[in-house]
Amino acid sequence: MSYNIFQIIKEGLRGNKGWQKTWRNPNIKKKYDVIIIGGGGHGLATAFYLAKEFNIKNIAVLEKNWIGGGNVGRNTTIIRSNYMLNENEAFYEFSLKLWESFEKQINYNAMVSQRGVLNIFHSDAQKDSFIRRGNSMIINGADAELYDVNKIKSIYPFLDYENARFPIKGGLFQKRGGTVRHDAVAWGYAHAADRLGVDIIQNCEVNNFKFKSGACVGVETTKGFIKANKVGCAVAGSTSLLLSKADMTLPIESHVLQAFVSESIKPIIPGVITFGAGHFYISQSDKGGLVFGGDIDGYNSYAQRGNLDMLEDVCESGLALMPSISKARLLRMWGGIMDMTMDGSPIIDKTHIRGLYINAGWCYGGFKATPASGWCFAHLIAKDYSHLLSENFKLNRFKNGYMIDEKGQGAQPNLH
Amino acid sequence: MSEFIYYGDATLLKRPKWDDKNAEDKFYKYLYLRKNIAGIHKELWFHQQGDRSWLVVTRNTKNHEILKVELAAEVVKGLDK
Repeated sequence: MSYNIFQIIKEGLRGNKGWQKTWRNPNIKKKYDVIIIGGGGHGLATAFYLAKEFNIKNIAVLEKNWIGGGNVGRNTTIIRSNYMLNENEAFYEFSLKLWESFEKQINYNAMVSQRGVLNIFHSDAQKDSFIRRGNSMIINGADAELYDVNKIKSIYPFLDYENARFPIKGGLFQKRGGTVRHDAVAWGYAHAADRLGVDIIQNCEVNNFKFKSGACVGVETTKGFIKANKVGCAVAGSTSLLLSKADMTLPIESHVLQAFVSESIKPIIPGVITFGAGHFYISQSDKGGLVFGGDIDGYNSYAQRGNLDMLEDVCESGLALMPSISKARLLRMWGGIMDMTMDGSPIIDKTHIRGLYINAGWCYGGFKATPASGWCFAHLIAKDYSHLLSENFKLNRFKNGYMIDEKGQGAQPNLH
Repeated sequence: MSEFIYYGDATLLKRPKWDDKNAEDKFYKYLYLRKNIAGIHKELWFHQQGDRSWLVVTRNTKNHEILKVELAAEVVKGLDK
């Protein structure tokens, strides 16, 4: 079913009784050309672009729970392309461009809102590094502006400008950055992929792969064996567990990242703000809740829940930036399992097994990457060689010493 | 700032020797590859805001339950035997 104004009027006159399900609940076929494991943002996006851009029709997405129940529903919904290293920036700028035409492509309202992302700096040295990053963004075709304190005061008068330890000296602003309704990303991709004939199979967990003479020929699932010519894995925090079935040990640790939402308050924050002296980012949802987060908890975890010391740390950073939020009450908090790599950058690559592909290592930056990740992964699966924008995101970079380490932290996943 | 700081998988205590056969490959695996276990996991913690001891903690990564804590120095003596 296509969503448009005429459909809304027609359904309005018929008492909204004609709406169909957004995606089908299909029977599993015996064989698919491509199986994508993981019905999150990246998996669904991959299936959609495989069908739409690379003309592969016989595709299934297998999800162990319900689609969108993992990290695509457990983030702070921010989109941006403000990286410094060329390998990252070109890729994330492509992603931001895809976000700009996203709703038209999928015929679904995902509330893409380019409300601007402001990275605040607090010292002259930090200003220099932010200018350098801004220049790198501009070189790669993105937009970046340097805001002085007066400019920031005109938008966000309530920040703590005279804080003795972290005075605000200015900010790097990306106007085209913003937020997207995260659940609608999963539902929208599912809707669009389903219309192109992709089978979305929920409550179907993959337990093992089936190999035949060095190639992956299918998957063993809780709903039986399914044949496939090619299998792509997009399972985020569960990547190490799944790929251990293919005897792979990966440069990944799984860590828990928390996010928080306050009660609804009147509109106060028009865009996205990040604190430069700690790890804290905040925006306000259209419902009025303040959506914010900080660092990962810092130890290996598969628990999908974090601990209170990180909540304290995040709130301290938030209060240092904007003391006025101390009165807002916390409504909800949740945790997602991040596939943290050894250099903080993702992996989109083939494996040593023919027909088995891996899309992982998104650390805690996976949401904004969803469209480009899906596009590049679909390209790799369809053509068997990397898209130009993801050719640096290969597994062998760790062995070859070609790390893409945006923060310069070295092989310490909990610091990226 | 936490009292204890996490430093990763306890396999880091078993550092390869520089003159091992295939030392390059061993160091690549040592530095970058992790089993990333879901379940009982041995890991290194540093008591930074306390007595500054290095610890090997056995912990369940599925529910964060701590099962055992040993001094890393004692564990290393066991490895050497």
